[in-house]
Amino acid sequence: MNPLSAYLLLSAMLFSLGLAGALTRRNAILVLIGIELMLNSANLNFIAFWRYSPHPEALTGVMFVIFSIGIAAAEAAVGLSIIVAVYRHFRTTDLDKINYLKG
Amino acid sequence: MTISFLLLAAITITGTAAAMSLKNAVHCILALTLGMVGLAALYLQLGAEFVGLTQILVYVGAVAILAVFAIMMTRSRTSETAAGSDPSRFSGLVTALLLFTVLAVAICTGISSQTLGGTPPEATVHAVGVALMQRFILPLEIIGVLLTAALIGAGMLAIEEKGEGR
Repeated sequence: MNPLSAYLLLSAMLFSLGLAGALTRRNAILVLIGIELMLNSANLNFIAFWRYSPHPEALTGVMFVIFSIGIAAAEAAVGLSIIVAVYRHFRTTDLDKINYLKG
Repeated sequence: MTISFLLLAAITITGTAAAMSLKNAVHCILALTLGMVGLAALYLQLGAEFVGLTQILVYVGAVAILAVFAIMMTRSRTSETAAGSDPSRFSGLVTALLLFTVLAVAICTGISSQTLGGTPPEATVHAVGVALMQRFILPLEIIGVLLTAALIGAGMLAIEEKGEGR
C-alpha cells in the first residue's frame, strides 16, 4: 500500500466515525462535533493529495484547507449559538425531544 | 507507511472514536482535542506546517472551548440517556459502516501502487503568506467578510431577547 492510500483510508475512517456520531448521538452539540469531524477528514484528503501531487508548488491544496478551516470555524460558531437559542426555547438539547415538526 | 504515521493515526482514531462514543459530553470534547492534535501532527508530517499550526489554533484553541462553553450554558452534560436497542441508532451505525466499506474498497482498488512524491514539497509560512497576498487575495477578503458576518450573527442569535422570561 502506498502512503497516499494509507492517508485516504485514515480519512475515510474519520469520515465514517463523524457520520456515525452525527447519526446516533442525541445531544445537538455532539452532532455538530461529528459534522466538524467529517469536514476535517475532507481537509486531510486535500493535504494528502496536495503532498503527493505532481505540482505541489502551486499550494492549491493548502489554500483550500485554510479557507475550509475558516468556514468550519464560522459554521461552528453559528451552529453553537443556534443550539443555545434552541435550548432557551425548549429547555433541552436532546434532539429526540425537539420534534415539533414531526408528522 | 512509517511508524510515526501509524502512531499518529492510532492517536487520531482513538481520540475521535472516544469523542463520538463517550457518555459525558465534556469528556467527548476533551477526547476531540486529542484527535485534533493527532490530525495536526499528521498535517505537519505531510509538510503543511501552516495548516497544522492553524488546526491546533482553531480546533484545540477555539472550537473546543466554544463547545465546552455551549455545554456549560445548556447544562446538557448528563442529559444523554443510554439506549440499548434503538432502531435509529442501529441504522446509523450500519450506514456509517457501509460507507466505510465502500470507501475502503474504492481506495484499495482505485489507486495504482506506483511510488509517488519522493521529496516533500515546500510550503513554508512565507510561501503561504505570499500566495495569500497575491493569487488568493479575493478569497481571503471574502472569508474575512464571512467571518465578520458569522461573528455578528452568532452574537445576535445567542444574546438574550428582552422580555423573554427564564
